Amino acid sequence: MVKKGSLILRSFRSITGFREFALIIVLLVFGFVMSLTSPVFLTKQNIEAILLALSVEATIAVGMVNLLISGGLDLSVGSTLAFTGVVTGLALNAGVPVVFSILLGLLAALGVGLANGLLVAKMRINPFIVTLGTNMAVRGLLLVLAQGRAVLNLPAEFTIIGQGRLFGIQYPIYVMLALVIIGDFLLRNTRFFRQNYYIGSNEKAARFSGINVDMVKVINYCIVALLAGVAGLMITARFGSASVTVGSGTELRVITATIIGGASLSGGEGSVLGAFLGALFMGILANALNLLGVDVYWQNLITGLILIGAVVIDVVNERRKNQATAKS
Amino acid sequence: MEEVLRAEHLSKRFPGVLAVDDVSFSLDRGEILALVGENGAGKSTLSLMLSGIHKPDAGTIFLEGKPVVFNAPVDAIHAGIAIVFQELSLVGSLSVAENIFANRQPAGPGGIIRWDELHRQTSEFLRRFNLHLNPRQLVKQLSMGQQQILEILKAISINPKVLILDEPTSSLTESEANYLFENIRKLQKQGMSFIYITHKLSEVFQIADRVMVMRDGKHVGTRQVSEVTENDLIAMMVGRQITSLYGDAEKSRGEEYFRVEGFTQPGAFEDVSFGVRRGEILGFFGLIGAGRSELARAIIGMYPRQSGRIFLEEQEITIRNPRDAIRHGIAYLTEDRKGDGLFLSMSIRENLIAPSLPSFTTPQGLLDFRRVETFTENLTQAFAIVTPSLTKKVSNLSGGNQQKCLIAMWMGINPRVILFDEPTRGVDVGARAEIYHKLRELAHTGVGIVMISSDLPELIGMCDRIIVMHQGRITGELARGEFSEERIMTFAAGLHSQVSLEVNHG
Repeated sequence: MVKKGSLILRSFRSITGFREFALIIVLLVFGFVMSLTSPVFLTKQNIEAILLALSVEATIAVGMVNLLISGGLDLSVGSTLAFTGVVTGLALNAGVPVVFSILLGLLAALGVGLANGLLVAKMRINPFIVTLGTNMAVRGLLLVLAQGRAVLNLPAEFTIIGQGRLFGIQYPIYVMLALVIIGDFLLRNTRFFRQNYYIGSNEKAARFSGINVDMVKVINYCIVALLAGVAGLMITARFGSASVTVGSGTELRVITATIIGGASLSGGEGSVLGAFLGALFMGILANALNLLGVDVYWQNLITGLILIGAVVIDVVNERRKNQATAKS
Repeated sequence: MEEVLRAEHLSKRFPGVLAVDDVSFSLDRGEILALVGENGAGKSTLSLMLSGIHKPDAGTIFLEGKPVVFNAPVDAIHAGIAIVFQELSLVGSLSVAENIFANRQPAGPGGIIRWDELHRQTSEFLRRFNLHLNPRQLVKQLSMGQQQILEILKAISINPKVLILDEPTSSLTESEANYLFENIRKLQKQGMSFIYITHKLSEVFQIADRVMVMRDGKHVGTRQVSEVTENDLIAMMVGRQITSLYGDAEKSRGEEYFRVEGFTQPGAFEDVSFGVRRGEILGFFGLIGAGRSELARAIIGMYPRQSGRIFLEEQEITIRNPRDAIRHGIAYLTEDRKGDGLFLSMSIRENLIAPSLPSFTTPQGLLDFRRVETFTENLTQAFAIVTPSLTKKVSNLSGGNQQKCLIAMWMGINPRVILFDEPTRGVDVGARAEIYHKLRELAHTGVGIVMISSDLPELIGMCDRIIVMHQGRITGELARGEFSEERIMTFAAGLHSQVSLEVNHG
C-alpha cells in the first residue's frame, strides 16, 4: 500500500496503527481537495476557526479514549462541562478570586468524576447507566444552582483564558494541543496508563497481573471529568458567560470522535492520536460543508454515516483476517 | 524428593454444595502432578484456592514448609504459584512483549516504559523457548495455538515455583502440544513443579509423574502413573466400573432417507456428498480445518454455500436458514453449547422449549404453560437432567447436564435427522455414558444421527460408518468392520485418496 521511497509515510505507519494512518491519509486528501475547491479553506482564520471549534471535543476526547480503552464509558461529560462553567461563574460573580473560582469549578467536575468512578468500580454498576444518571442529575443540579439562567458579566481576568492570544492564536487551541501531545505520550509510554489496555481487554486477567483495577477505573473517570471541566472553563471564558445548556450532546460527539479514531466500546483498543484525528476529521468535515454552502442539517447525517462506515470497515477487516487464520 | 507444596484438609463450601471436601496432597520440586476428575469433582475449586482466587473455608496451604495465606491472586503469584486458565487473558491490541511482561514492563522514572529493554528481554526470553516471534508483533495477529502457548509462557516468565495448567492443550495442534510438553519437561528439570489438570487421560500418561483423582470434592487417591491404567483412572473418577461406555450397535439399518449432494463453499468444503440411513449413526472425523462443522452449519443454512442440494425422503428440500431446517426436522446440536447452544441466563424450562416454541402456543398466540410444564418435566426425566428445579438457570448446571439439556431441547421439534457436533466435549465420563445411551435410543426409533467428533475412540465405539474429511474434501469412508485409528488418521492427514482405498480393498 505504501510506495517505495515514501519514507515519511512509512515511518508514520510504524508509529501509528492502521486506523491513525488511514485517517491521516484521508485528512490529507480531504484537505487537498478542499484547498482547491475553496480559497478560504487554507487561510489562517479558517484553520483557527476549525481548531477552536473542535477544541472542546478534542480536549475531552483525550480522557474519553483513555476511559474507553479500559472498557468504561462516560455520558456525563456534557453536563460536567456546563456544571464547571456555572460553578466558576457563580463564584466569580460572588467575588471569589479568579484562581479559586477556577479551582472550585474543577473541584465540582472532580466530584462528578469521583461519583461516577466509585459507582462503577466499587458498586459494579454498568457505566452506561451510572453516567446516564449523573448526566441528568448534574444538569438538574446546575439548573437549580443557576436558577435556569446563564451566568453573565464574567470579569475580564477570567475571560482572557478563552479569548487571549499567543502568536495570534487563541489559548484554547494551545491547551488542546498540549493535552493531546501529553496524553498521547503518557498513554503510549507509561506503565500506569498502559494498565488500561489490560483492564479493557480482560479485567479478570488484569487483576491477576496485580493491577489495582478499581483504583485505575476511579482515576479514569476523574481524569475525563477534569478534562470536561477544563473544556467547560475554556468555553465559558470564550463566551464570557456560563450557559446552562452548553455541552448537551457533547458526550456523543466526543465518543463518535474516539471511535472514528479507532477506539472500541468493548475496550482494549484506541489511542489519543486516533481520537484527536477523529475529532479533527469531524471538525474539518463540518467546516467543509459550511464552506461549500451545504445545508447544516446534512452534517449529522454525514457524520453518522461515517461513524458507522468506519466501524463496518473494522468489522470486515477483522472477519477477513479471521478467515485467513482459520484457513492456515 | 524435596516437597514444595502441601495442602492439608482444604475445604470450600459454595451455597448448596461442598465443592472441596477435606483435601490433602503434596507436590515435590520438579514434579508433574496430573489432576483428573469429572466435571464438578472440585479440580477447579482446588486450583483456585491454591492460586489465591478463592479463600479456603478450612485447611492450610504450605509452600516450602511454611504456611501461607493468600488474600488475592497477586499474593499467590508473589509467593510463587501461578495459574493458566483455558480462556485466554491476552490483550490483542498489545504486542507480544507487553503481553508477556504485563504490568511488569521495565520502566524508568515516572513509569515511562523502556521499550528497547522490554524488547531485548522479550527476545531473550522467547529464545530460551525456541519460539520465533517478533516481540513487537501484535498478539491479535497470532494463531490460536500461538496465543495459547504465549499464555503459558507469560505465566512461566514470572518464574513460579508451582505452575497450575488447566487443560492447556484444548486448542493446540498435535505439534504445538508436543512443543509444550518438551518445554514442560525442560522446566521440570530446572526444578519447576506442575499441577496439570486435564480431561485427556492419554496426556496423563504422556507427561505426568503422579496422578491425583478427585470425585465429588474428595481426594479419591493419588498413584504413580507407571502403576495405573486408563481404566483404573476411569473407575476411580466415576466410582464405579463402566462396563460398556458406548453400548451395543443395532444390527439392522433402514434405507437411505437423507442425502446431501455436491456441497461446495470455496475455502471451507468442496463437493461433499453423503447419505444417511434410518437409524444410522454416521461419524465425521477430521483434523482442525477439515470443514466438518462448516459443512454441518451449511446444511442448516447457518453457513454460506456456493452450491449443494439436500434430499429428505426422496424429496429435494430447500434450506435457506435454520428456520427452514427446523421445519424439516433437521436439528443441529452445536459444538459450543455455551457460545451458541444454550441461553445461559435463562431457566432450564425456557431453554428446553426454545426451538419448538410455536408448538406450545395457543390459537390466541399465548404460551400454554400447562403443556410446557408437562413437556419439560417429561424431558428432564427422560434425559436424567440433575437439577433441584426447572426454574434454575442453565448456567448453574454442570457441563454434562448442560449437554443433556442441549440434546433434550431439540426433541421438541421431533427431529428426523440430528447433526451433532462434538457430542461430549467437556463432558465427564458418567454423563458421556448417558449421552451415548440416549443417542442409541434415538437411533433405535429410526432417527439418523450424524456425529461430528474429534474424539476417535468415541467415533469408533459409536458409529456404523465413519466419513473422514481433509481440507474440505471427503478423503475416506469406512464401514464398522474396517475401523482402525491408523486408517482413519491416514485419511484425516490426507495421505490417502479414495481411489487408493478402493485398490486396497478391491
